[in-house]
Amino acid sequence: MSQTTEQVQNYIQQRYKAGFYTDIESDRVPAGLNEDIIAMISAKKNEPEWLLEWRLKAFHQWQKMIGPNWAHLNLPAIDFQKIHYYAAPKQENRPKSLDEVDPKLLETFDKLGVPLHERERLAGVAVDAVFDSVSVGTTFQKELKEAGVIFCSFSEAVQEYPDLVREYLGSVVPHTDNYFAALNSAVFTDGSFVYIPKDTRCPMELSTYFRINARDTGQFERTLIVAEPGSHVSYLEGCTAPMRDENQLHAAVVELVAKERAHIKYSTVQNWYPGDENGKGGIYNFVTKRGDCREDDARITWTQVETGSAITWKYPSCILRGDRSSGEFYSVALTRNYQQADTGTKMIHLGKNTTSKIIAKGISAGHSNNSYRGLVRMAKRAENARNYTQCDSLLIGKQCGAHTFPYIESFNPSAKVEHEATTSRIGEDQLFYCRSRGLDEEDAVALIVDGFCKEVFKELPMEFAVEAKALLEISLEGAVG
Amino acid sequence: MLKITNLHASIDGKEILKGLNLEIGAGELHAIMGPNGSGKSTLGHVLAGRDGYEVTEGSIEFEGKDLEGMEPEERATAGLFLAFQYPVEIPGVNNAYFLRSALNAQRKARGEEEVDSMNFLKTVRETLGQLKMDDSLLKRAVNEGFSGGEKKRNEIVQMAVLQPKLAVLDETDSGLDIDALKLVAEGINRLRDPNRSFMVITHYQRLLEHITPDRVHVLSDGRIVETGGKELAHRLEAEGYAHLATEAAEA
Repeated sequence: MSQTTEQVQNYIQQRYKAGFYTDIESDRVPAGLNEDIIAMISAKKNEPEWLLEWRLKAFHQWQKMIGPNWAHLNLPAIDFQKIHYYAAPKQENRPKSLDEVDPKLLETFDKLGVPLHERERLAGVAVDAVFDSVSVGTTFQKELKEAGVIFCSFSEAVQEYPDLVREYLGSVVPHTDNYFAALNSAVFTDGSFVYIPKDTRCPMELSTYFRINARDTGQFERTLIVAEPGSHVSYLEGCTAPMRDENQLHAAVVELVAKERAHIKYSTVQNWYPGDENGKGGIYNFVTKRGDCREDDARITWTQVETGSAITWKYPSCILRGDRSSGEFYSVALTRNYQQADTGTKMIHLGKNTTSKIIAKGISAGHSNNSYRGLVRMAKRAENARNYTQCDSLLIGKQCGAHTFPYIESFNPSAKVEHEATTSRIGEDQLFYCRSRGLDEEDAVALIVDGFCKEVFKELPMEFAVEAKALLEISLEGAVG
Repeated sequence: MLKITNLHASIDGKEILKGLNLEIGAGELHAIMGPNGSGKSTLGHVLAGRDGYEVTEGSIEFEGKDLEGMEPEERATAGLFLAFQYPVEIPGVNNAYFLRSALNAQRKARGEEEVDSMNFLKTVRETLGQLKMDDSLLKRAVNEGFSGGEKKRNEIVQMAVLQPKLAVLDETDSGLDIDALKLVAEGINRLRDPNRSFMVITHYQRLLEHITPDRVHVLSDGRIVETGGKELAHRLEAEGYAHLATEAAEA
């Protein structure tokens, strides 16, 4: 490799460190979407009859639906028949433990900074590693089991805990919910399942790392977290994909169920491949995430740092059903080059004295478009419900856009909704001030952006806050000027 | 230390500095006075290397080195400090973190070792004490929600920590009550050193009561039109700048 090519390579690697591809033989179903394909996926996963029926119901529903057209996004048509809906690394037998997993896969996750080997694991964080359509393995399962906590891949849960899965699957996001949720319900492959028993505080952070590797595939994972009364869990997800010129589809569904006094904290660091500087390639990220504060005093906290994907369409939401239940949404969404993001939340207040808080920070650079879209609904019986929303947009450069679309629907006169919004540009005077103190331009931008995002970063578990900060810094390299 | 020769500078094509000459020796403190719009703040920004301030003619030498083409951060690293007339707010970035990042960025660029947080905090706390500022300031965001006086004193704190060779103070005295003014003056005096120079831009001679300038210059319409000792400041305070226009017209 010549000196220059190498330099360019290094440079690109630095920009998107996770952009490599793992050369591994994969077992795929043929491209296309029909009942046979769905039956094939279901058979591969040895699923019970009811689940296949559920998938097919969703598929029939999906066929009658049209994609969302209301978002502030330029959505290209997606040819759903060209996608392979299942791709898994080839293996003779399903590995029974992490020791039996293909070393190539372990190496991939090593490279991504998510070591799965016993000796190198992150202390205090249990990881479920999902590679294309299947879970490669889950760490610390034994330790968690001792605490009564179930943390495993979705496929394993279907086999081991079918009653739990059947009871809760689709109970928060029905298979008819929306176009992409219906698609996911028909073809979902893997994801994580978490069950925290009554009055149990999960002894460690739980985390799922999603990796798309194969070409012409999509990732359609499903995550289900159930927190019984008085329990507590903090769950994190991270995601990356190789750099490719073609777009790839990611359509996930996440369902959270929080019972009486339970607290679920769900954090995301989303770093899917965003496409190149001309907007070529990248992941289409269409995700439905919803939490149900099903009983009194339940609490759900969503924290997301969204830096990747060519298009992001997601609105992690809370249904505040129980009295005094509370929902929080903390978000940093960064777009650059030609990335588009339309993201926000929905807070549906049903119970009395329910509270919600929304802190959304949008950062736009380059030619990107970044929208906050949020709904706060105070239902008729939501006596004394409270919401506070703060949306701040930061613009870097002159060709990007920031938009705020707040929807407020209040059917109860005692409910209170507060909304604050600001838009600012990284000031030339702020930059000059920092530089005159000795910080170079990139460090100055990173510092200003870090300050802008502080309220959200402080909601992330420590090591992930550090990672999120570093990710923003890398994403912002060369964004000014 | 600083040698400015025939400096012409413009903003958006409009010439503000029109042939300015000025020399400041090591250890000296010079005051720059002059009416509004004479180019005082422009001079400060040109020295610090702000984008949009274009030097069209002449030169600035700092310790024998031409500043032309040097970025603001390179000038800072070389030992130049500008105390802002209007210090800028940076929401969410705490003061201690900001200052330590700045100090370490400079030290790193100079090939020196970074300062650890213990030693850093010790120095800053001392400085804060001297300026009668509360420790809690360290945890607050840079200049956010600071009173006018706090912002100005915070600039002096930064100067004391960064230990520049040349400090340009742009109207650091304006908007200060008499007690704050004394504290700022003391802050400057503590830093006076045979190897450190000051350029103090001010409208009033009251600051000069507390810090003794070696020279006082009058800047008018982009040029130094008069230079004298401390007594010049007194005279300007009594007579104003009106006569400058007349003298300039007569000359």
